[in-house]
Formats: sequence, C-alpha cells, structure tokens
Amino acid sequence: MTGKDLNIYVHHVTRVEGHGNILVDVKNGELKEVKLEIIESPRFFEAMLVGRRFPEAVHIASRICGICSISHTAASIKAIEDALDIKPTWQTETLRKILMEAEILDSHALHSFFLAVPDFFGLPSVIPMASTNPDVVKTAINFKKLAHEICDVMVGRHTHPISMVVDGFTNLVTEEQMAELLKKIKAALKNDVPKMLEFFSRIKFPDFERKANYTCLVNPEMYPFYDGMIKSSEAGVYRHRDYRQKIVERVVDHSTAKHAFGPVKPYMVGALARFNTNYKQLMPGAQEAAKMLGLEAPSYNPYHITLAQVVEIVHCLESMSRLIEQLLSRGIRDERVERPPLAGWSARLPPAKKSWGVGVVEAPRGLLIHEYRINGNGTIDAANCIIPTAQNLANIEADMRELVPQILDRSKEEITQLLEMLVRSYDPCISCSAHLLKVDFVE
Amino acid sequence: MAKPKVAFFDFTCCEGCQLTVLSLGDKLLDLFESVEVVNFREASSYKGQDYDIAFVEGSIASSKDIERIKEIRKRAKVLVALGACAHTAGVNAIRNFHNQQEIRKMVYGDKAWVFDSILAQPIDAIVRVDYYIPECPIDKEEFLRFVSQLLNNMKPFLPDYPVCVECKMKGNVCNYHKPNPIICLGPVTRGGCGAICPSAGNACEGCRGLIPDANLEAMEWLLNEYGVSAEDKFRFYRMYNGLMGMKK
Ligand code: SF4
Ligand code: SF4
Ligand code: SF4
Repeated sequence: MTGKDLNIYVHHVTRVEGHGNILVDVKNGELKEVKLEIIESPRFFEAMLVGRRFPEAVHIASRICGICSISHTAASIKAIEDALDIKPTWQTETLRKILMEAEILDSHALHSFFLAVPDFFGLPSVIPMASTNPDVVKTAINFKKLAHEICDVMVGRHTHPISMVVDGFTNLVTEEQMAELLKKIKAALKNDVPKMLEFFSRIKFPDFERKANYTCLVNPEMYPFYDGMIKSSEAGVYRHRDYRQKIVERVVDHSTAKHAFGPVKPYMVGALARFNTNYKQLMPGAQEAAKMLGLEAPSYNPYHITLAQVVEIVHCLESMSRLIEQLLSRGIRDERVERPPLAGWSARLPPAKKSWGVGVVEAPRGLLIHEYRINGNGTIDAANCIIPTAQNLANIEADMRELVPQILDRSKEEITQLLEMLVRSYDPCISCSAHLLKVDFVE
Repeated sequence: MAKPKVAFFDFTCCEGCQLTVLSLGDKLLDLFESVEVVNFREASSYKGQDYDIAFVEGSIASSKDIERIKEIRKRAKVLVALGACAHTAGVNAIRNFHNQQEIRKMVYGDKAWVFDSILAQPIDAIVRVDYYIPECPIDKEEFLRFVSQLLNNMKPFLPDYPVCVECKMKGNVCNYHKPNPIICLGPVTRGGCGAICPSAGNACEGCRGLIPDANLEAMEWLLNEYGVSAEDKFRFYRMYNGLMGMKK
C-alpha cells in the first residue's frame, strides 16, 4: 500500500529481559525511521569492576545478568586467566563446558517455551498454557529444573555461581553426584526431547529472510560455547585478543546500551549465528532434531532463532552427557583451589607477564567479551564488556528496516505483532545492555 | 475470599531475583493458584495496574525510577523489596564510590550527558518498604515461606543471627582458621542463606546485609588481627554494604 502513514510506538516490549521500546515511522508509504530504544537505566558495570581484586570482580561480573551469570563468570575468569597467564586443567575446563551448556539449556528453555511460544497461541503469557498445554509447560519446567540442579550441585547455586573461580573450583562435585546428573540428563533426552520436538515442529514461523553477518566462536574440536576463535561470515576468523580491530562500539542517543558494529555493517550473534556457522559439529541427535524441525543451515530467517535454540537444547543435553562420561572415565581429581587469602595475597599471585587479558565465550544470546587490564596487585585498572544484545541491536534495526516495507499492507496490529515477535526472537537481554509492551498508534 | 493480586516490578538490576521466582518450577504453578499475578513483565505481556502486593526488584538509579517507585507505592497495599539490589542497593552501589562524571565518561564517552542516571539507592531511600527479602539472588525457600506467611496473615520475619551460626552447624572449617585465612563477612551478616558461600569453599561477601546491632567494632578488630588493609576492608564491605552507614 503506497501513501500509507504509520506510526508505531511500542512502549516497554514485554517478555524480553529489560526495558525497550519499538518506534516505526512511515510517511507516504516510505519508511522514515525504525528504532529500538533502550531505556534501561545505565548500569556502569565497567565502573563497578575497576578497583576490584580479581576474586571479587568475578562475582560482580556475574551480577551483570541473572540469566547468563555462568557466561559472565566464565568470560570474567577467562579474561583474568589470560592476563595472568594461568592455564586451567582439563578437568576445570571440562567442568566449565558442562556449566556453560547447562546455562544454555536453562536460558533457551526459558526463552523458547516461556517467552516466544505464547505469541504463536495469541496468548499474553505462558501462564494460561499451564491449563491448555500442561505437557509442554511441564517439559520446559523439567529442562529448567535439570539445568538448575546441575548448577546447584556443581557451583553451589543456580544463579550466580559460588565455587567457580579463577584457576578452578573452590569446591568440587563428586563422581557420584556427576553420575546422578548423567542419569537425569539421559532421562530428559529420552522423555522430554521428543515432546519438545513434536511441539515445535507444529509451530509455523513467519516468513522473512535477510542474510546477516553471522558471528560466533569456532573451534575444530567441538560446537563451541566455552572456547574458540571468533568467526564472522564477512570478516573471517580472528583471535579473541584482536576483537577491538573488528568490533566497534558506538553510543547512539536512543539507547543506553551501546550498539556494536562489525567492520562494515551490523552483525548477528546467538543461537542462529552459531547454528549457521557450526551446524556440522552438532551432536547427532541435534542434527536429527534440526531435520525434524525443518531447520536447514544456513537459515536467513531471524524468526528461526527460536528453532536454533531448540536444536541447541538437544545438543547441550547430548554434549553434557558426553563430557560427563569423559570426566567419569578419567575420574574426578581433588583439584580444589582456594580463594586468595586476605592478607599478603598479592605475594601469591602468579607472575603477570601480560597486563591485560580478554575472555570470550558464547553466552546463550551470543558472543560475550570481557577485557580487563590488571595491575601488579591483582586489581582491575580498566574493564570493557561487550554484551550479546549490544551486538544484535543494530542487526534487529536492520531487520526491521527491511521487514516493515514488506508488510506495510497489513493491519497495524499485525505489523506491531510481527515486530514485537522479531524483537523477542532475538531474546534480547536489555537489562544487561536495557521491560511489558504497550502499543500507542498515532496516525 | 478473592485471591490477592500480586505484581512484580524491576528497577536497575540483573533480574536474577525475578528469574529465581520464575524458576520455582512446580511450586510456581502452585503459587499462581493461590494468588493472581497481574504484572510480571518477565513472563507476561499483560499489564495490570491494580494490585495488593508489589514485589520490587532492583535499585533506584534514575530520576524516572523515582517517579515509578512512588507510583507503585501509591497503588500497593504491601510493598516488598526483593533481593539485595532493592534492599541495600547491592552491587549497584559500588559505582557510588567513583567519581560520577568519570564513570559516565568511561562508559559513554562524550555522550555521557544524554542518559538520565543518579547514585544507586535502595528502595527505602525513596519510599516506605513493608518487608525485605534479602540476598543476591533471593533464596527460593525463603521467598515461598514469606509468601505463605503473608497469605496466612502471619507477620513474616527474618533470622537475626549471623551467617556464622549456620556455617558452624554445617561443620565447615572457618575461613579465618584456614592455613591461608580468607576474609569473610559471616560474623556481621544476617543468616538465613544456610551459609552457602562458605559451604561452597568461598567466603561470605555480606549479600544479606548486616544483622541488627552488628558488632562492627569486633569485626574491625578481627580484620586488623589478620592484617587486612583498610583499603581491602572497604572493598569488601562495599560489595553489598557500602551504604550501610547511611541506613538506620
Ligand atoms: S539482588 Fe542480586 S540476583 Fe537479585 S537482581 Fe540484584 S544483582 Fe541480581
Ligand atoms: S567461614 Fe565465615 S561464615 Fe563461616 S564461621 Fe567463619 S567467618 Fe563465619
Ligand atoms: S554466605 Fe554471605 S554472601 Fe553468601 S549468600 Fe549467605 S549472606 Fe550472601
């Protein structure tokens, strides 16, 4: 429809983590402006980290995000280890990989079932589904329970890990505990995964394609969450310590979250970027799941992020079983480390060869970078954190810019719904970088 | 009797406390049976403006936040501060001890002036709070106990013994008695968490806030005994309790 005027302002997008508004302005059928405004109060994490001893910094970094606390802890720990030249053991790294996958399971179960699905049933929330689709809700709750149990047992608490520290763990799980978790993971693969796949294979996702620059970690050994080089489908593969040459952060007036840009244009991080890049390394069941869901790599449809998350849920369950089996066959050694003592602790610091370090992991929503400069006292002098949502914001706006002209002939309600679904599909964690959607139409 | 209407609100924070509520699993479904949740942004797009009990998570950190919390206070019969951010301003208060101009510049460069931000404050710095559920994040059991007490017209209460009591019951070796002693705020921190941090081999960082009448002088003496520098003491208190001197 040409000559159309449309003014959409969605105040506080709901079912996303944090406060964001959508603004669309169309005059005479021509798109004037598309914005995703982030109105969350600034958090100043970088400032919170400066002047902190590193064991404290890890716990503060965790508080950047309640749902990605394992990822922030891991990125923080890795930045510190990179700066202090600490090489953790195979056991420590394996335990961290399991924790990262447990967090992916938890976060994806929350997003795909609780936050994304209600849209497809025209419901405001998952709550009414407890009576209409009790099986589905139960499946999601089972996944979340399992993820929480894994974190509880391994790091003392499910949100904000306690025993996960620089160079290892202050408390170690026992082989019996891991064997028990393994049984439960296998049971979930057998009982809950088929229900999930059957449910999601019946959902129809909106048709929309826009090829993005997909950016994520790559690792020849496995579908990586914990470790690897950074690969961008446009800028190629580069080392984590070189990220500043490839990623530019810009402050934009309408957002308290800084936007991050690739060398030339916006890029996408998260489940779909990982799936598109690393699908060959998915565990067999996850590859099978992708086929069942009709998700083929590469998919240029951002609404498919939710499907990629479902595939990653299956992958993480399988991968965690494999990692636990490896761990159990080697036996868990008592490599407990202690929090650095309170007095004279700098004497026990490893000699610092480098003064700065970068830690990069795949958080549930994508690439997460922590960079610290650490002084000789083991105190943080400068910090920079690049959060996944900050990287996706520019890409979401680019998607909206392409999508709006394609759907201008539809009703305002439909356009708004599709835009909200698009934003929710990215699972933005606005509280980290920026809350309920109120729609105001002005014509 | 009509079900009480419950709303959840978040201010500046990591939303870990709301997520803890969302992760109650089966118990969440039971909770949804006994109350009517009218506002839970994290879980629902429905936005009710009529509620009896408001659970508020996060710290006040902008002038808009002040307006919003005053509005919530006007509507709510009972206002509960959920988690350390709402209770003591939590880790958000750390930035209060930096030069505000500098940190704004550090994060937003020359655009620092664009964003509305003030010193991070606990909820009760702005409005009256009826109850507190402390900890970072809140403890599931404590939350459920609180809700059932409130719904059964019992006055919810918090333990007033220190974390050390629970730590000793768990049979942990005290952090101060280890070969390399570790700074631990257990002696002055409100118990109720089951001393989870020392039990997981780490130290109590004081996230549940101070016990009433905490003996800070004895704590000071203890830290001096172990040769902790003034700077490290401040650092540690300022994880969660930086604003304690400003509170009653
Ligand atoms: S109290 Fe802790 S867990 Fe709760 S919102 Fe604040 S930082 Fe997050
Ligand atoms: S470890 Fe900490 S909490 Fe436990 S008894 Fe010692 S001081 Fe108290
Ligand atoms: S031990 Fe201390 S820091 Fe840990 S949860 Fe309890 S009060 Fe908070």
